[in-house]
Amino acid sequence: MATTLSDLDPPASTARRSGFPTRRRSGEASRFGTAWAVTMASVAALVIVLPLVWMVATSFKPEGAIITAHPSFVSAQFTWSNYSGAWSAIDMPRLLLNSTIFAGGVTLCSLTFDSLTAYALARLDFPGKNVIFVLILITLMLPFQVNLIPLFVELTNFHWINTYQGLILPRATNAFGIFFLRQFFLSIPAELEDAARVDGAGDLRIYRSVMLRLATPAVLTLALFHFMYNWNDLLWPLIISSNSSMYTLASGLALFTGQHVIQYGLVMAGSTLAIAPMVIAFLLIQRRFVESIATSGIR
Amino acid sequence: MATRTLKSRLWYPWATKQRRRRTRVAYLFMAPSLIVLGVFMFYPLVRAGWLSLTNYSFFGASRFIGLSNYGHLVHDPQFWRDLVNTLYYAGVVTPVSVALALGLALLLNRKGLPGRGLFRAAIFLPAVVSFAVSAIVFRFMFTPSIGFLTYWLGQIGIHVPDWLDSVSLAMPAVILVGIWKNVGFYMVIFIAGLQTIPKELYEAASIDGATRWRRFSNVTVPLLSNTTMFVTVIALIASLQAFDQIYVMTQGGPAFSTETLVMLIYRQGFTNFQMGYASAIAYVLMAIVLMLSLLQLKFFSKRVVRY
Repeated sequence: MATTLSDLDPPASTARRSGFPTRRRSGEASRFGTAWAVTMASVAALVIVLPLVWMVATSFKPEGAIITAHPSFVSAQFTWSNYSGAWSAIDMPRLLLNSTIFAGGVTLCSLTFDSLTAYALARLDFPGKNVIFVLILITLMLPFQVNLIPLFVELTNFHWINTYQGLILPRATNAFGIFFLRQFFLSIPAELEDAARVDGAGDLRIYRSVMLRLATPAVLTLALFHFMYNWNDLLWPLIISSNSSMYTLASGLALFTGQHVIQYGLVMAGSTLAIAPMVIAFLLIQRRFVESIATSGIR
Repeated sequence: MATRTLKSRLWYPWATKQRRRRTRVAYLFMAPSLIVLGVFMFYPLVRAGWLSLTNYSFFGASRFIGLSNYGHLVHDPQFWRDLVNTLYYAGVVTPVSVALALGLALLLNRKGLPGRGLFRAAIFLPAVVSFAVSAIVFRFMFTPSIGFLTYWLGQIGIHVPDWLDSVSLAMPAVILVGIWKNVGFYMVIFIAGLQTIPKELYEAASIDGATRWRRFSNVTVPLLSNTTMFVTVIALIASLQAFDQIYVMTQGGPAFSTETLVMLIYRQGFTNFQMGYASAIAYVLMAIVLMLSLLQLKFFSKRVVRY
């Protein structure tokens, strides 16, 4: 599957819907109105970013400067020691690895399985199609907590607690992903498919070289959605892993914070490392992030 | 579609063989998803319903007890307390987030606002941060010995106790995280909605001499009602399932003042191992969420406003 740079740009229609158009026109708004709006927006943005800035600032403070009668936002003393401490005490490499395997594994499996199913639902005619589609729509509405207990029991019987397959496989397909890709595949003109069929292409060829290739922007958006959702998820890894070697970033940090005499600096350094990949990726490709979250709306 | 199938069956009998092949191919394509959905979605869903009719406790034998769990639930003060907590959380988080998101969207949809992209990015940022990490940061912020929040409030003369240790302030603290985390996300959906409103309508209203407020109430509000409905329902569904930040910040305490229904399912199921009873609570939660989802589906199948 060749990915060209232009494939990475979303189609014009979705770009319009995304949250960050850069187009700017000199406004009809009065100068006073604009000043007022900028002030309001600055206050809102500052209030929202403040906790995260404080987290990063605190991660560079020595413990003595954190626990004090007069806590300051930034400290004159600067140290890297929290990061080296987090690396060993919270076992950050292990958490990062587990989160990557979990989120990456779910993303890869789900994209493959979802797109195959979406292809059948969008492009093939077969008995039982409507029943299957309605069943998938129903799962879209269920809160996943309802399955938590029977899934835990089931995975215990499989001896899959504290394993990667236990974390990944129950999420290997996603109703929203199927629905999202089906909508995209439906919009691809039939002529392209017919032309490929005339050339002797089978369904697998058409799925791979027509549908998936044209759907690359949609697939990438969905990939980001799956990866971020699982990277950030707490409840599922919390239940499926009881062994510290299987903790993800979210569950590992939450449990470390809950159980130990808290070393604030270490936890803040760990938290900063945990969110860094997502925040950096967001700042680099804002548009796709906004799309992947805004088009989904369901989490 | 039905007529076409019928026609092909009547006129082209040789088409059946091809159709059978098509069907086989289709099901092969769907096999991985259908197996995963069957084993890890539909089977557990039915199993949860069955468990809710038993006194299953993970260890030891289980017995069918009919609707006893549901009967117990109706008289369980813990369930009602946690339902009230959940509604308190959802009842504040939903309207406040939606209103703030709408306000921010209107503010940041203004043409010619300097730094508009930057403001949007900053406000959206919490949406990419996990609830777990957000909750850790807020928990520390509210801790008097290290957090700047209580210290700053103290400096300006407002002396508050340890928020997370207070029966009346723990829930507001948890609510604050819920709003902070999602307001930017809802704002982006509102901005997308605002951009679908044709500019001609505003121009026409201006020509008719409509004031800024009239333009807002007579053009923006009705044309944005679908988006508002959508955001409200997803915000409500999400807040009824609140767990992560409560688990990290308060564990449901102090004195169960922040224990929500999902926290109760977690505690009954995985701490007390009352898995049958926990499944009954889970089914009640599912019924509530399903009802809201169907309501949303109904609203979206026949649009609230048509123009």
